[in-house]
Amino acid sequence: MNGIQMILVILVAFIVGCSSVMDQMETYQPLVACSLIGLVTGHLELGVMLGGQLQFIAMGWANVGAAMAPDASLAGIAAAIILIEGGQGEAGIGTAMGIAVPLAVAGLFLTMLVRTLTVGIAHIMDRKAEEANYRSIERWQFIGLSLQGLRVAIPAALLLAIPANLVRQGLESMPAWLTQGMTIGGGMVVAVGYAMVINMMASREVWPFFFLGFALAALHELTLISLGIIGVVLAILYLSLEGKGGNGSSNGGSSSDTGDPLGDILDDY
Amino acid sequence: MADKKVTLSKSDRRKVLLRSYFLLASFNYERMQNGGVVFSMIPAIKKLYKNKEDRAAALKRHLEFFNTHPFMANPIFGVTLALEEDRANGAQIDDAAISGVKVGMMGPLAGVGDPVFWFTMRPILAAMGAALAVSGNVLGPILFYVIWNIMAWAVKWYGQEFGYRAGTKITDDASGGLLQKVTRGASMMGMFVIGALIQRWVTINFTPVISKVKLQSAQYIHWDKLPSGINGVKEALLQYNLGNGKALTPYKETTLQSNLDQLIPGLAALLLTFLCMWLLKKKVSPIVIIIGIFVVGVLAHVAGLL
Repeated sequence: MNGIQMILVILVAFIVGCSSVMDQMETYQPLVACSLIGLVTGHLELGVMLGGQLQFIAMGWANVGAAMAPDASLAGIAAAIILIEGGQGEAGIGTAMGIAVPLAVAGLFLTMLVRTLTVGIAHIMDRKAEEANYRSIERWQFIGLSLQGLRVAIPAALLLAIPANLVRQGLESMPAWLTQGMTIGGGMVVAVGYAMVINMMASREVWPFFFLGFALAALHELTLISLGIIGVVLAILYLSLEGKGGNGSSNGGSSSDTGDPLGDILDDY
Repeated sequence: MADKKVTLSKSDRRKVLLRSYFLLASFNYERMQNGGVVFSMIPAIKKLYKNKEDRAAALKRHLEFFNTHPFMANPIFGVTLALEEDRANGAQIDDAAISGVKVGMMGPLAGVGDPVFWFTMRPILAAMGAALAVSGNVLGPILFYVIWNIMAWAVKWYGQEFGYRAGTKITDDASGGLLQKVTRGASMMGMFVIGALIQRWVTINFTPVISKVKLQSAQYIHWDKLPSGINGVKEALLQYNLGNGKALTPYKETTLQSNLDQLIPGLAALLLTFLCMWLLKKKVSPIVIIIGIFVVGVLAHVAGLL
């Protein structure tokens, strides 16, 4: 990696750190972040592959309310740097993922630290509001954001400071059983993310949909897009038929303003 | 009400939309997204209130605790903009009314936004992108990023405009049936897709060989009896017939995995997911589970099980 590439990597890390706290454009999702690191270092394809793999692990990581998910941004950036500096190509993906997970925890603590520091910013904003000084409020909003950017950029810079051949030696000294085992673990670890999502969404009503999806996915002719369409159609059918069923059992009478013209026509028959 | 002195133009509302992308930038544990709310409201406050006291009061009003799903903040902002506009035009709307609307809407709307966006749209779009990306296809990340952001912009802008037009009436709608239906529908769709993703993408492969049977002579390819050169390759391919013809080796190996696949493909993945759900419900940290799975993966590989 040359000097310009290192600066670009740190810049990407900064942007990804900002994106991970704002959580709207999703630049920080490993799928995008690892690809960007791959792009600026000239290993686009490798970055994309790592991003895809890591994305499956990070699938269910979401910030809900005040609860926080493991930090996908630091994990993705660090794993991509290690993968590219390690120079093992595709074979290094499993190991890079295994290293990324503990870093996601480290990232979580760093995020919590910054979110505590920004309490101070909230109080500064209070004072500036008294003076109706909106320029200063805007400035502090961006200072808060920069802290979150640095939270990923600084660890990335530290990783880059480790000479590439040292990273390489470290990775190569890992025995085959360990790296292969970590790749196998990487294939299974995806389940944790799904379990988190299911725990958030599951109710008696939606479980049948889960098993239907599971059973249909075994038919490999169905692409993810067609499975998605089936899912949407099933949900719509369920909700609309449910409304009709209710009308039928309660003798139909007062269903004039259901906002469902087709339903009204059918009811009139 | 017909001739308002100051109104918020479309471009003012668009400024609020652009700023709302920075909603969480100064997220803090004391009042969460409050800095982002005031940051988003600044263009409107500048337009609506001209003297310093009114501006200071408006800024302070929007520095209160606020936390919701970032996309669902926009309909709330829309309502808030409508209220602030009426207030600037002399309507009797006190601070408590504006705070009440914000606080009253943020909980229920977060309840819609989390399942719809974090647990349905994002996993589905990300899974499609990742499925392309694992083979090195650059379209994977690009498709995910572009589709997600078009959707996000549309949801935020039309949500905010809807809130602005509906004003406080939106709360009646939120408690009514439609939003609840959207949330339920999203959960059904989400569960369906997650069931499919578990089957497809949680990979567990048990390697132990259960049985090894010698096949009858007619059931496998006799490599030593094939004609030499390219004709031999052709003959072998014809006999193999894409796996539907003769076997490649004289022995039929049955692994534990192929037995399980005949029963229910992906059963092990399903059971692993249920185990994870159970552990999560027992308040085991997801990170501990993830690291545990890596350790199990390495140990089981060394033992020859996986």
